[in-house]
Amino acid sequence: MLSKNDKIFKNIYGFSGFGLNVAKSLGDWDNTKSIILKGKDWILEEVKKSGLRGRGGAGFPTGLKWSFMPKELKDKPHYVVINADESEPGTCKDREIIRNEPYKLIEGILYASVAMQAHTAYIYIRGEFFNEYNALERAIKECYENGLLGKNILKTGWDLDIFVHRGAGAYICGEESALLESLEGKKGQPRLKPPFPANVGLYGCPTTVSNVETVSVVPEILRRGGSWFSSLGNDNNTGTKLFCISGHVNSPCTVEEEMGISLKELINKHANGVRGGWTELKAVIPGGSSTPLLPASMCNNLKMDFDSLKALKSGLGTAGVIVMNKSTDLIKAITRLSRFYNHESCGQCTPCREGTGWILKMMNRLCQGNARIDDIDKLNDVCSQVENHTICALGDAAAWPVQGLIRHFRGEIEKRILDNSLRKSAE
Amino acid sequence: MIKLKVNNKEVEVPEGATVMQACEAAGEEIPRFCYHERLSIAGNCRMCLVEVEKSPKPVASCAMPVADDMVIKTNTEKVEKARKGVMEFLLINHPLDCPICDQGGECDLQDQSLYFGKSTSRYEDTKRAVEDKNFGPLIKTVMTRCIHCTRCVRFMDEVAGTHELGAINRGEGMEIMAAIEGGITSELSGNIIDLCPVGALTSKPYAFTARSWELNHNNSIDISDAVGSNIRIDEFNGEIKRILPRENDKINQEWLSDKGRFFYDGLSNQRLDKPFYKKSSKLVPCDWSLALKIIVEKLKLTNPDNVAAVSGALTDIETMYTAKEFFKNINVNNIDCRFNLSNIPTSNASDWLFNSGIENIDKIDKLFVIGCDPRREAAVLNSRIRQRWLTGNLDILSLCTPNDLSYKFKSLGDDISSLCNITVQNNIKRFFENSKFPMVILGDSILTSKQGENIHNLVKIICQDLNIIRSDWNGFNVLNKYASRIGGLSVGFVPYDGGMSALNIKNSLKDSKLKILFLIEADDFDVNIKDLKNAFVIYIGHHGDRYAGSSDIVLPTTAFTEKKSLFVNLEGRPQFTKKITSNLGKAVDAWKIFKALDQKISDKIKFNNHSELLKSIFENYPSISNIGNYVAQKWIKTNKKKVLLTSEKNNFNTNNFYQTCSISRSSENMANCVKTILKSKKVKDEFI
Repeated sequence: MLSKNDKIFKNIYGFSGFGLNVAKSLGDWDNTKSIILKGKDWILEEVKKSGLRGRGGAGFPTGLKWSFMPKELKDKPHYVVINADESEPGTCKDREIIRNEPYKLIEGILYASVAMQAHTAYIYIRGEFFNEYNALERAIKECYENGLLGKNILKTGWDLDIFVHRGAGAYICGEESALLESLEGKKGQPRLKPPFPANVGLYGCPTTVSNVETVSVVPEILRRGGSWFSSLGNDNNTGTKLFCISGHVNSPCTVEEEMGISLKELINKHANGVRGGWTELKAVIPGGSSTPLLPASMCNNLKMDFDSLKALKSGLGTAGVIVMNKSTDLIKAITRLSRFYNHESCGQCTPCREGTGWILKMMNRLCQGNARIDDIDKLNDVCSQVENHTICALGDAAAWPVQGLIRHFRGEIEKRILDNSLRKSAE
Repeated sequence: MIKLKVNNKEVEVPEGATVMQACEAAGEEIPRFCYHERLSIAGNCRMCLVEVEKSPKPVASCAMPVADDMVIKTNTEKVEKARKGVMEFLLINHPLDCPICDQGGECDLQDQSLYFGKSTSRYEDTKRAVEDKNFGPLIKTVMTRCIHCTRCVRFMDEVAGTHELGAINRGEGMEIMAAIEGGITSELSGNIIDLCPVGALTSKPYAFTARSWELNHNNSIDISDAVGSNIRIDEFNGEIKRILPRENDKINQEWLSDKGRFFYDGLSNQRLDKPFYKKSSKLVPCDWSLALKIIVEKLKLTNPDNVAAVSGALTDIETMYTAKEFFKNINVNNIDCRFNLSNIPTSNASDWLFNSGIENIDKIDKLFVIGCDPRREAAVLNSRIRQRWLTGNLDILSLCTPNDLSYKFKSLGDDISSLCNITVQNNIKRFFENSKFPMVILGDSILTSKQGENIHNLVKIICQDLNIIRSDWNGFNVLNKYASRIGGLSVGFVPYDGGMSALNIKNSLKDSKLKILFLIEADDFDVNIKDLKNAFVIYIGHHGDRYAGSSDIVLPTTAFTEKKSLFVNLEGRPQFTKKITSNLGKAVDAWKIFKALDQKISDKIKFNNHSELLKSIFENYPSISNIGNYVAQKWIKTNKKKVLLTSEKNNFNTNNFYQTCSISRSSENMANCVKTILKSKKVKDEFI
């Protein structure tokens, strides 16, 4: 279990109060000036050393991503964009950070801006986060008033302005290039890659889009050193992570833990166990709605990190752990997710636009058992036609939960179909 | 050059090429729907997926740039699965109404599903239906058929520049829709019919009138404006069914204005099919010999100085050449092709041509537009300017133009006399400084002003004094708007030896001095219709248009689809129309009328048929003998002094783009456009 000392988000529940002074008393904004003065290469080096991987879901090494930006500022400005459009079902970590620890985020943006030579940063916040938006605006205002943002920050000569932009409720705007489109005032639709945002991003300028949690842990890494962060967790899966535990647990929560903690420990220690006890566990979606579920049989010694979960054909994603006990109708649960992806598909490219609708229609029939056994294979095949063939990852995200269900609970689907046909013939 | 492998075949493609281009270079056909060479890349249909080694996912070949030593595979199982998958997705919500779809037989979806699709469908649920949209009087929509390739949206954004279409809603609910209800207003809107890969957007006038495989295709040229767009006229059963643009990168790329595309139905309305003569103030039908006899008698009794001829917007070179020979033989020198009373100089070709060439718009870096409305006078040419402007580094200045030319420019106002202002002149000088390919476009429209000749001379002087005229570049361009004008000027259908110009003919008619007036398809001759009573008017034309009723003799001729005839476009590029349908009733090619008249009076014209006529034209005017090409004309310096211009305000906004000639005025399609588009245009499209 993570020791109290190694916790980064000490005020994630807001128990210590709110405000710049509270944040400072907990260690934020400590030594900021000297960190800025150490320069971009040092910051990049420390972030690389820490082994920090993006917390938004894909788990791309952050130091590497930041170093893709052009080395020198040329005729085009650089931008740092913070993705706070947290909409993945089962995930509520960025919300907690912005609600209670926005100062960590702002400080992180400052270091990121130094590392990437950007003087303007945008925070694209999910439209539904109204209170969080207010908290963020308040925090930014406070930072401006205390000389922590604006011109010549802490007399280091560094300038940074942060603008907050509220989204309008589209899940797809959490995809980085759709986010940039939306930020530019266009319809939120993912762009083709290449070119990647580091070359052609916001308004055609070099841009890096980072997740709130990723950026928020950077100040602590820089203060305590990359090696401290990499000493936590396992190789290639370092540091701490906010886990959001929801579903059939006794006390759902968002909690910071070390990477690679076992699922059992996570649930039992922080969420007071599965409702009805561990034996009642049926399945877990380990990383937000788009990761394939895992049956209870795979959960006993499950390590919660990127690589372990990938080996089981699932993923850590955003670490939104959705726990389902034996009272769950899994087919119905996954159908609900299919409905979500059908609703949120932007409609730009063919496989996702047409595929998500088809998947939903078939899932609806499977829910009733109103199908044939070979429909399951058809569904699986349709999912494989969507997966990997789309512009962005939403197509994959729509296919994976269904594929996971078929992979692990095919028997249950077949039983429902058979039961239904028996009932029909009896009638 | 970049070397890479496609299906184990080595190919070399230029840097910046896409994977799709590399595949094509290797002879591999890549299916596609959303990709179009002349539009931006959307990459949304996902039909063109190919496998690239080291890439975990199949990549969209239309959007992926090539890299050195790339290994591309287009014939693997993975690619086939991707194509079949996308095809299946496209078809699950596509209606099975090919038998009643106008796109049938020339449908990308049909063709590609044959080669790349599955033979059966696994889809068992209900199909989506989408409400049809109102895209105006020209475009029929069946939106259920739409596959959301967004070609039409991109065309309106990028080429037409009117931003009238967009995709609303998302996911399965995505629909292509006009931003403002009540249709689309762009003068290039018809092109989205060609761009649509399925039957979602089809031609309204053509709807259900023929099947694509029955049509006979004929290559011809558009004469609705002076651009000379290359077109394909589709004929079935002796009727013209539709007009489509033909690709010619030097002229119209592959676009065509709505007028050129849809005015063909005017060819079967209001047509003249027999000669008429006036008997007790009523026009009665007669035969050719009587009509010609009357004319010959009349001519013999009249002093040649009191005879005049004006040719019109659609008159071909053969007619003007023969007519000129005829009039010369009977000592009539009051002939003019400038029926709109333009004061354009008539002696040097470089004074009236679009000297830089349409193709070279692609490389200009400064543009100064004076006194015209390129968007409506030469819609296709204007879209080329817009495309050039979109790629950046083009500054545009304008004087006396409308403000909605589909690109941003700095306007110098609506008063032509400001050209004489010192500060303005200095601004212009500064504007063109360091320009490599400067261009000035002077409208024929502003030359209709009384001081037209002085304006022309002043602009010429400005061009000469700046770096606009060089040995390797001529940036002085005149924008003519009538298909016949350059031809008429080229073969010298202009007053000679002190003859009257069109303006003088008009005045002389008003003063009842003129005795005989030949109107050769000249319904747009800017004259008061009441004045026509003052002279004996011989109306030669294919449509009973404006002045036919006020004439004394009416002679029927063939229209451009009924004869092989020569037209020269605004660059000076001669091109032929093609004879597609047969002559209507007793109508003849107009040049034959003058040949017949000549035979009856002086009998000096030697040529007896069309090929002899052409030979004679080409011998006398070799500059228009090279069909399909133009020769850069020598720049003749002006020595005339500057004349101070008087204030004259006009922005030359063409009020009616749709009806500018006798064919378009007789066209129901064009009338519908006027009714629905021009009269209901509530919102100005100022947004660019």
